Amino acid sequence: MKKSVFLGTLAASALLAGYASAATLDDVKARGELFCGVNTALTGFAQPDASGNWQGFDVAICKAVAAAVLGDASKVKYVPTTTETRFTALASGEVDLLARNTTWTYSRDADLKFTFTGVNYYDGQGFMVRKDLGVSSAKELDGATVCIQTGTTTELNLADYFKANNMTYQPVPIQTNAEGEQQYLAGACDAYTTDASGLAATRAIFADPENHIILPEIISKEPLGPLVRHGDDQWADINRWVLNALVAAEEYGVTSANVEELSKGTQNPEINRLLGTEGDLGAMMGLDNEWAKRVIAANGNYGEIFAANIGEATPIGLARGLNAQWTQGGLLYAPPFR
Amino acid sequence: MTTMTDAPKPGFRLSMLIYDTRYRSMTIQIVVLFLFMAGAAWLVDNTIKNLATLGKDFSFAFLWNRAGYDINQVLVAYTNDSTHGRALLIGLLNTLLVSAMGCVAATVIGIFVGVLRLSKNWLVARIMTVYVEVFRNVPVLLWILIALAIFTDVTPQPRDFRATDEMIAAGEAPKASMLLFDSVAITNRGTYVPEPLFSRSLGNIDIGIFLISIDLLAFLAAVIGGFLAYRAIGTHATKVQEATGVRPKTLWKSLLVTIVPPVAVLWALGFHLGYPELKGFNFTGGINISNALMALWLGLTLYTAAFIAEIVRAGIMAISKGQTEAAYALGLRPRRTMSLVILPQALRVIIPPLISQFLNLTKNSSLAIAVSYMDLRGTLGGITLNQTGKELECILLMMLIYLAISLMISAGMNVYNNAVRLKER
Repeated sequence: MKKSVFLGTLAASALLAGYASAATLDDVKARGELFCGVNTALTGFAQPDASGNWQGFDVAICKAVAAAVLGDASKVKYVPTTTETRFTALASGEVDLLARNTTWTYSRDADLKFTFTGVNYYDGQGFMVRKDLGVSSAKELDGATVCIQTGTTTELNLADYFKANNMTYQPVPIQTNAEGEQQYLAGACDAYTTDASGLAATRAIFADPENHIILPEIISKEPLGPLVRHGDDQWADINRWVLNALVAAEEYGVTSANVEELSKGTQNPEINRLLGTEGDLGAMMGLDNEWAKRVIAANGNYGEIFAANIGEATPIGLARGLNAQWTQGGLLYAPPFR
Repeated sequence: MTTMTDAPKPGFRLSMLIYDTRYRSMTIQIVVLFLFMAGAAWLVDNTIKNLATLGKDFSFAFLWNRAGYDINQVLVAYTNDSTHGRALLIGLLNTLLVSAMGCVAATVIGIFVGVLRLSKNWLVARIMTVYVEVFRNVPVLLWILIALAIFTDVTPQPRDFRATDEMIAAGEAPKASMLLFDSVAITNRGTYVPEPLFSRSLGNIDIGIFLISIDLLAFLAAVIGGFLAYRAIGTHATKVQEATGVRPKTLWKSLLVTIVPPVAVLWALGFHLGYPELKGFNFTGGINISNALMALWLGLTLYTAAFIAEIVRAGIMAISKGQTEAAYALGLRPRRTMSLVILPQALRVIIPPLISQFLNLTKNSSLAIAVSYMDLRGTLGGITLNQTGKELECILLMMLIYLAISLMISAGMNVYNNAVRLKER
């Protein structure tokens, strides 16, 4: 009897386990809502606005995927995650997609079993200090107290950088960007370190941004991108090509303003394939042919998203730099749509 | 010829398992056992299956990998080149440190408040009542956060201690200054106190996991030796008193044997204090007691002390009034009545609930997450978990360690409880 109960249990749980790993695309469609993991609050990247709607550069990725898969960019449930909870949230299936300033690294890809679907922001780690501290280079930070978000790549880079330069520091571990901002402003740390884009975003909301400087040293490569779980290639493909569509649209001059007109057909076959007027690209991923058109109509192309959320016209004021198109000397390079 | 007239024995039938009271309880227990085992097997199997689906293995090998991150409070040697296992040890020691500090302080304050709450002085008794009610009825997390907010926002920054050239020229004093002859600096990054240093140090013993200072061992040996000598003098004095009726004067001798050996050892080792001083961005030298530790300690202590005060009060009130009256009748003063008659008896009532308060305090110390104190949850359950992605292993290990700590506290306190409980002969 004992054995049969055990075997029965085995069989039952095997069935459950099999059911749990169904395709993410079908789950999202059946649910009618995309669960998207975002930052708890980082101005310009992911933050609810005054009326509670999430806005930002990373949020735009969630919206674009929802537009492609569900046909409606507003059908997203945003799940705020901290640096410590984000991977657990994705691995456990609490979110379908994590778009949260997450650095693409070897071990996160190979060991944590996630698939990065591209890079939406090429970043690097920097330091912010008060101007009156009289520091003009990160090399002068020997002995400083540094606020650092735990569970991040920046935490490891920081240790490496100080060791390589034979300097010491005192870490002040923090959980969220808001906590870091509070500790930094209270003077509990001399320097705040995170991705340079995050520093710019944090400084933008200070009462006195002119009294803080971001030091020139960029001490690491931080390719930030959206990621999904390993093992569902179809879902990874959809996310990868949504991002590529945003980049390609900028390259070909497709914007939210002219996408409707261009989708009637153009002289450029690449645009025609992208927008679904030619060929059958959508069906190859299990979507309809107009997915990319909806993606661009929802938020605009990559350049429009950048300009609206973190570009030079916004308080954050980030230049395109590495995030310009390859034709402009940047690193954005979408593979061909064919 | 004889005939057997015994009633025929009824054979065992399956239905008796349910309807026969002799077997029923056994049947129920076996069924429950099987259900429990099936449930456990399902959980384990489900976990294994789902881990396999995610492509993850179950292994503790990561504990031997390089950690790569720094920790701001380390009691034994640690660098970012140490292993994750070492980081676990650092976190564990930090947890034990704050728990031990909390248990001691909460017990002292708790007994003090509990006794004073029964004071005949109306004002003192009411103040203690207010303390107990306020601290007991606000969540401990809030007390910890408030303590941290006070330490961070109210205390000066290290640079406020600096006197710049312009300030000296203008004859201004710096915004903040150190206390106790420039030896203690209270800043919003922690409190810096002098550290003991030995100029003729004997070095350390390496016992594999960490180093033990021989200086400290020598000092402890001198203190213990002095205490034993003090005891011997007392025993000898009692003997003389029993033989002759006159107790010899021991005060000077006692002082000599308790004070001289430790002082001599300290002098021989070249003991001096290392004062913190402002250098660069921070104070250097001295011991830095971080604000996170102070806030956590204060929050946990004040909160738990309120509960311990109530336990102490209940214990004292459980002792019948006749005991007090009897002690008074013998001519004992109230203070001696409390310490010699009431408290020893009250301890029997106090110890068991006190154990659970100690356990609560230890487990509540995991609220360290709120002030980013690097305890076990901060290192093993926080950064290590996140950097390695070994959620299941880290959480299981953490549960196991907390369980072990709690069981050890229980065991220790139970031994003590057995020592003080009423011995019926």
